[in-house]
Amino acid sequence: MSALSWSSVFFAVVRREVSLSMKQKGEVLTPLFFFVVVTSLFPLGIGPESALLLRMAPGVLWVSALLAAMLSLQRLFAVDYADGSLEQMALSPAPLVLLVLAKALSHFILSGLPLVLMAPILGLQFGLEGRALGILMLSLLLGTPTLSLIGGIGAALTLGVRGAGVLLSLLILPLYIPVLIFGAGAVEADAAGLGAGGHLSLLAALLVLSVFFAPLATTAALKISLE
Amino acid sequence: MLDVSQLKCVRGERPLFDGVGFRLESGKLLFLRGANGAGKTSLLRILCGLSPAESGQILWNGQPIAELGEAYRQDLFYLGHHNALQEALTVNENLSFYATLAGAVPSLAETSHALSQLGLRACQNRLVRHLSQGQKRRVALSRLLLTRAKLWVLDEPFVALDHAAIELLANLIAGHLSQGGLAVITSHQSVTIGTQTPQVLELRA
Amino acid sequence: MKTRLIHWFKFSSPQNFYVLAGRLQPIFTVLAVLLLAVGLWIAFFVAPTDAQQGEGYRIIFVHVPASQMSMFIYLIMAAWAGVGLVFNTRLSSMMASALAPTGALFALLSLVTGALWGKPMWGAWWVWDARLTSELILLFLYLGFLALQSSIDDPRRADKACAVLALVGVVNVPIIYFSVKWWNTLHQGASVSMTKSPSMAAPMLWGMLIMVVAFWMYTIAVALARVRNIILERERHTEWVKHAVE
Repeated sequence: MSALSWSSVFFAVVRREVSLSMKQKGEVLTPLFFFVVVTSLFPLGIGPESALLLRMAPGVLWVSALLAAMLSLQRLFAVDYADGSLEQMALSPAPLVLLVLAKALSHFILSGLPLVLMAPILGLQFGLEGRALGILMLSLLLGTPTLSLIGGIGAALTLGVRGAGVLLSLLILPLYIPVLIFGAGAVEADAAGLGAGGHLSLLAALLVLSVFFAPLATTAALKISLE
Repeated sequence: MLDVSQLKCVRGERPLFDGVGFRLESGKLLFLRGANGAGKTSLLRILCGLSPAESGQILWNGQPIAELGEAYRQDLFYLGHHNALQEALTVNENLSFYATLAGAVPSLAETSHALSQLGLRACQNRLVRHLSQGQKRRVALSRLLLTRAKLWVLDEPFVALDHAAIELLANLIAGHLSQGGLAVITSHQSVTIGTQTPQVLELRA
Repeated sequence: MKTRLIHWFKFSSPQNFYVLAGRLQPIFTVLAVLLLAVGLWIAFFVAPTDAQQGEGYRIIFVHVPASQMSMFIYLIMAAWAGVGLVFNTRLSSMMASALAPTGALFALLSLVTGALWGKPMWGAWWVWDARLTSELILLFLYLGFLALQSSIDDPRRADKACAVLALVGVVNVPIIYFSVKWWNTLHQGASVSMTKSPSMAAPMLWGMLIMVVAFWMYTIAVALARVRNIILERERHTEWVKHAVE
């Protein structure tokens, strides 16, 4: 298969995922609503004191975004696995790694990007303003693709397994911790006047690492699940 | 040419079959028979490279399929029990996706022609979920008309088809064989395909 | 263990390894008990009372070796799982499965002893310092491994999936540790440090070393016992197991 057909396969998978989600809008919007609801829980649980909320904002927003991104992970491969499409994709002459990358990109577009766009609105609720919101968006923009890539590993490992949803969370959350630390840290560092550059660079580094290694692990896990 | 030797399959710590071997030349058909649970589907999946065999060797044109990788998958078409169709997409969308996946450029004219041969011309732009079981199976089989694969591995392809469709599929397979293709099929029904007598492999549990 | 398998391939068959493990296990059990006794005796009776921390510090004789063991076992478990995945050897995967619960136990022990040390010393049951937090995350990784294993019915698929998970975990552990350290220093976290053990006098170093070796003996003994059980369970359809169990 030529490189040209590889790219058409890649975009065909992305197009397919996006058009499927367009037809089932609920599945895309539900994690977004979850994001909104969960962030609202924190002030309700901790109290409306604005100074406290401002301090908590980066962590709360990041944790909620992380959980929302994780919600839609199970569907990444499960539907295709159930109806036999995943098998056909594995039997395609195109490398499975390519398809995994396409799936991860689709997941980012459908669940990560909406979170990035929603975050500033929620940030305002916590008293974040101007540049802090910008850093928040940038950190989420760099972090959510990594979450999609790492999440793919968990989704592939738990295909067709009992209790897959909760198990997936248990497997992935420890791996998400570095992204969380650097993501929330970026906003905090900026607020403390230390500059977000270091944190953002580390997020970018994690993204590059995930792009190279996560699809390999996901492909291995998919082949194991398809046996 | 497909050359299989000393194939052993283990499922859940229990050996399913052992010492399975056969040789399939161009233009030949292999009927895989056996009771339910004997391992027919497992054997087909091993042939496709989806499942690993415990031991044994599968050669395609003289080379192990594990080494061939992409080249083998290019020559292979597999249809299992699932139709592998996305219910929320239209028939056309499904077929053009699979055409792209196989490395071809999807052509509306070709898919139309293939669908009309199976009596599904009218269903082109309908969502798959609105089709009947038989129609869905025929859509899945219409991919056979669009593939350039040399080796067809079909698991119970005649299930859920009416007489006309069964005859159509049998002719399709016969046509493929006469052009030098190979086919491995499992079926509970006895169907005559073409004029030659097929090879038969019986799997005993 | 690894050298044995490389030189004597016949022990890579579960049946032969079962017999070997059965012969070795009592030796390691005895060693474990002896060394544990010596180590604890040094910890409680020989090591002098610390000027600053009084008697409570003695728990580091358990805490520090336990932390080290939890880390080492994870590495070894991942290595065995990786070998099982690449070479498709069943016994390697069984060894990984046998080690996992012990590793998790040491992680938990490390956390508990850390808390027991912390409370009288610093007044809190838990502090979010880099080492304890990383230990907690390591425990999560172990729990994930164990959960995945028990969720997948097919043993071979479970072995391979857990191998992928363990290898991904191994790659991530340094990243996680680095990020947690970063997080800790940035937030000027606990000014208390669990790593600040009192200056070590010679008998204390000996005691620590003996405890580490004792834990190693324990780990090997328990892993051998566990892997024997796993072998029996996995191979229960074969003739030799039916004879062995009679």
